Amino acid sequence: MSKTLMKGNEALAEAAIRAGCKCYFGYPITPQNEIGAYMSERIRKNGGVFLQAESEIGAINMVYGCSATGTRCMTSSSSPGVSLKAEGISYLAGADLPCVIVNVQRGGPGLGTIQPSQADYWQTTRAMGHGDLRLPVLAPYSVQEMVDMTAEAFKIAEEFRTPVMLLADGLLGQMMEPVSFNEIGGENKDDGQSSPNWAASGHKNKREKNIITSLFLDPIELETAINERFERFEELRAKYTRSESTNTDDADIIVTAYGSTARVIQSAMEMAREEGIKVGTFRPITLSPFPEKALKEATKSAKKVLVVEMSMGQMVDDVKSALEYKLPVEFFGRQGGFVPGPQEILEVIRRMK
Amino acid sequence: MPKFTRPNSLTDNHNHYCPGCTHGIIHRLIAEIMDEMDIQGETIGVCPVGCAVLAYDYFKCDMIQASHGRAPAVATGVKRAKPENLVFTYQGDGDLAAIGTAEIVHAAARGENITTIFVNNAIYGMTGGQMAPTTMPGQKTQTSPSGRDTALEGFPIRVCEMLATLDGVALAERVSVHDAKHVNATKKAIRKAFEIQKNKKGFSIIEILSTCPTNWGLTPNKAVDWLKSDLIPYYPLGVYQERSVR
Ligand SMILES: Cc1ncc(C[n+]2csc(CCOP(=O)(O)OP(=O)(O)O)c2C)c(N)n1
Ligand code: SF4
Repeated sequence: MSKTLMKGNEALAEAAIRAGCKCYFGYPITPQNEIGAYMSERIRKNGGVFLQAESEIGAINMVYGCSATGTRCMTSSSSPGVSLKAEGISYLAGADLPCVIVNVQRGGPGLGTIQPSQADYWQTTRAMGHGDLRLPVLAPYSVQEMVDMTAEAFKIAEEFRTPVMLLADGLLGQMMEPVSFNEIGGENKDDGQSSPNWAASGHKNKREKNIITSLFLDPIELETAINERFERFEELRAKYTRSESTNTDDADIIVTAYGSTARVIQSAMEMAREEGIKVGTFRPITLSPFPEKALKEATKSAKKVLVVEMSMGQMVDDVKSALEYKLPVEFFGRQGGFVPGPQEILEVIRRMK
Repeated sequence: MPKFTRPNSLTDNHNHYCPGCTHGIIHRLIAEIMDEMDIQGETIGVCPVGCAVLAYDYFKCDMIQASHGRAPAVATGVKRAKPENLVFTYQGDGDLAAIGTAEIVHAAARGENITTIFVNNAIYGMTGGQMAPTTMPGQKTQTSPSGRDTALEGFPIRVCEMLATLDGVALAERVSVHDAKHVNATKKAIRKAFEIQKNKKGFSIIEILSTCPTNWGLTPNKAVDWLKSDLIPYYPLGVYQERSVR
């Protein structure tokens, strides 16, 4: 199996092209600029479209138009830019349009910092746009997962006709690791022009016209559409909810984290185990739907749970509610662009023991 | 005598426009051109947020409803994915010249090969008659109750003149639908814009001065008169840019 050493952002872009992404629309923002740079050359060479939009608002609405024609497409940005995309994401969800949106998170609020952060968890999982909507969110923790999940995100988007968010962070975007594209395949499997029967791609006088809209002025129609969409999300939950548990069978303490922080808790767990503290880890891979059942399962023998994030503790509520508030849940986090170190996490674990 | 019939490219749906509103005339002209050029099957329309939000119920081509102001970006996404299709946006003045200023300017600057039908009625129709970027100095609206004061609220935007400075623009023309003669001229302009797009010459915009009797507080006839006496002097009709070769 051949592997290439690549930056997370570039690997993600390559994966998207190989997964058949035909069009990319974006606006520059650190720390995800490598995605646009890579696309501007590679996707065009591949016969696809790269367009630098006038803003993130422009980019997400280009995605809306492109997806409306049944063409596989994506956009990427980082936190402040994702805020600008929120209205567009809501429209995409309301019109049942598939696409992939990447957020390589940086610190906020405001202009914050270009350093890595995980402070967009609430925005992404709770309110990624106005209205009743649930956005599927995948959280990679390695460059290889940036690759594999990009392909998977397109698959989920099309299977369930929904925008899908890939929630990474500046650390994953910037670091280099060896990756393999074998899972996705060597080259494009198709031209990204699936032309599904719902698409607005010109009816060629061969079918009734198609309308792409999120407007339903009839209350019954809107209620029906929302209910149907939430039923689809339940199917998605049953099929795609994912997580990873390590050393949970005998653990007294479960440490949980997602994304790049999940790598650090792995080291902290090993250090704690060496000291004889029975620690296990739990990593949500899908943040929405949240892996509630798996977390309950993973904490069967646990007495305490520790959540670690690069934020003020945005995932804590999901963990508590998954555990039905039956276990004490503590939080350790760093902000401002700091990545929590294994030693400081170990110290918290020692205190909790 | 030729019979006056509904163009094939318009649906049978009753439209929701107010009596005397000229949105309906403009719809008809676009549909007639789709029929005459035989392009309904390849056309994709993008409708705005504004009184024309439901335009997707009236045209028989494939239609996409865009968020407020973003129709040019949506049309860009469509056109880049499907360069062989004909793509038009249909936008009001609030949609195009206020919230969507960035999108229209950049679609024009890119020479995006789409056609924009810009309906300038100098007011926000759908939300009940607030001041628009194209509201006339002194014009009374819900949010300029004593008339637009240019010292406080600035000046109306002349969109065609502004966009005509951009090299990506193949056609920028302002027309009006206040009488039969001008309706015919409007039809010619729209047809020219679609042909420019068909020949891949770049961005085309047809700005159409249109009435909003409801929010102007005028009868349909008086609205037409006011358009002629007040709007046209500020927004002179004519071709502001036409590049036949790019
Ligand atoms: C983001 C957003 N802001 C505001 C609105 C409310 N809104 C709906 S239509 C409209 C103005 C439309 O006016 P115009 O574009 O001039 O079109 P007209 O109705 O006159 O044809 C506004 C402000 C909205 N739907 N979305
Ligand atoms: S409010 Fe004005 S623009 Fe809207 S339909 Fe009525 S007359 Fe036409």
